[in-house]
Amino acid sequence: MNFSLASEIAALTLEHLTLVVISMAIAIGVAVPAGILITRRARWRPWVMGFANVMQTIPSLALFGFLIPVPLIGGIGKRTAIVALVLYALLPILRNTLVGILGVDPAVRESAVAMGMTGRQLLWRVEVPLAARMILAGVRVATVTTIGTATIAAAIGGGGLGVFIFRGIASVDSAQILAGAIPAAGIALLADGGLGWVERRWSAA
Amino acid sequence: MSAIVEFREASYRIGTREILRRLTLAIEPGETLVLLGRSGSGKTTALKMVNGLLLPSGGQVLVDGRSTTAWDPVRLKRRIGYVIQEIGLFPHYTVAENVGLVPRLEGWDAERIRERVHALLGRVGLDAEQFGARYPRQLSGGQRQRVGVARALAADPSVLLFDEPFGAVDPVTRLDLQKQFLALRRELGKTAIFVTHDVREALMLATRIALLRDGVLELVATPGEFLKARGDEACAFQACLDWKAETA
Repeated sequence: MNFSLASEIAALTLEHLTLVVISMAIAIGVAVPAGILITRRARWRPWVMGFANVMQTIPSLALFGFLIPVPLIGGIGKRTAIVALVLYALLPILRNTLVGILGVDPAVRESAVAMGMTGRQLLWRVEVPLAARMILAGVRVATVTTIGTATIAAAIGGGGLGVFIFRGIASVDSAQILAGAIPAAGIALLADGGLGWVERRWSAA
Repeated sequence: MSAIVEFREASYRIGTREILRRLTLAIEPGETLVLLGRSGSGKTTALKMVNGLLLPSGGQVLVDGRSTTAWDPVRLKRRIGYVIQEIGLFPHYTVAENVGLVPRLEGWDAERIRERVHALLGRVGLDAEQFGARYPRQLSGGQRQRVGVARALAADPSVLLFDEPFGAVDPVTRLDLQKQFLALRRELGKTAIFVTHDVREALMLATRIALLRDGVLELVATPGEFLKARGDEACAFQACLDWKAETA
C-alpha cells in the first residue's frame, strides 16, 4: 500500500466518522425527546412513528437524491447527507425509547407516584434509568446502520469512505471498493462492540 | 372530629360501572382497619382513594379533615406510606436508596437519611450493613417485603396503606411478616389501612374489619364481632375458616 492511498484512507475515514458522529448526535437529540413525548401523548404516537417508519422505507440512495432540490436542508454536500442520515437513524431510537419507557413495570410506576414523585421525577429517576438499556440498544442499531448508509453520502458530494466505493465502481477497480468497504466495516464492528460493552455495563449496575 | 381518614359517601365510577358505592367510614388514629372482600369488591379502589391515587367521582375522602381533592397531590402522597406487593421496589435502586427515597425527595441531608435508613432496616429485621447495598433482585420475597415496609415508614407518615402486601410470599414467611406488622404497630402506634382477601390475615391484624361486597360496605366489626356476624358475605368468609374442620 503506497503512502498516498494510506493517507487518503485516513482522511476519508475521519470524514466518514464526522458524518456519523454529527448525524447520530442530532438523531439522538431528536428521537429520544420525541420518544419520551409520545409516551405522554398517545394520540401523537401513530403520526410520529409513521413518519419515522416511512423515512426508513425510502431506499437510501433515493432519499439522498430527493433531498438535493429541497431548499435550506438540501443541495450538494455534507449538510444534505447529514439530514438524510438523521432521518434514517430516527426510527430505531424512537421505537426503543417508546418501548423501553412503556415497558417499565406498572407496579413500579404506580409505587413511584404513590411515594409522591412528581411527573418529572418519575421520568428522570425511574422511567429513563429503567429504559436506558433499551434506548441504548436502539442507538447501537442506528449507529451501525448509519456507518453503512453514510457510504452513500459520497453520491451527493458528502464525502466519506463512499468516495472510494463510488470511484471503484466507476473504474471497475475492486481494490478501490475494498479501500472504502473494509474501513467502513471495521468502524461498524468497533462501534457495535463498544456500544454493546456499554450496554452490558449498564445492566450490571 | 378525631378521624384521621374519613370516607363520606365516597363513590368511584369507571364509565357507568360503579366500583365503589357511597362508602362512609371513619378511621381513628392508631387503629388498623382491614378492608376485606373478594376480588373486585372495591377494596383496593377504596385504599387508593386515601392517598389520592384515585379521586372520588362522588362524595369525599378526608385526610386530616381535608378533602383529597383539596390537598396538593404530591404532599398528600408523601405524608402517607404505601406498601404494595414486592414488585413495587425500584429495581435500579439499592435497598438503602429505596428506603431513603421519600426523605431524599423531601430534601433531607445525606447523613440524616443514612441514619434513618439504618434505623428502619433494623426495625424491620434487616441488617443495614449486610443488605443496604444490595439490589431488590438479590433479596428473597420476604426480605423485599420488609424493605417495602421500611420504605413506607421512612418519612414518618401518619397513615400507612397496605395493598395485599403479603400476598406473594409463602405462608411461613407471611406469618413472620404478619407478626412483625403487629410488633411494629405496638412500637409505633401508626394508623394503618390494610387490604386483604385473606380472612385469617384480617382477623389477626385488624382492630376493625370493614367488609366490602360489590363496592358496597356490608359491615364494620371488630374481629370478635365479625366471627359472630350474620349476613351472606360475612358467613361466606367465616366458612373459609371452618372448611378444614368440616372435612377433617
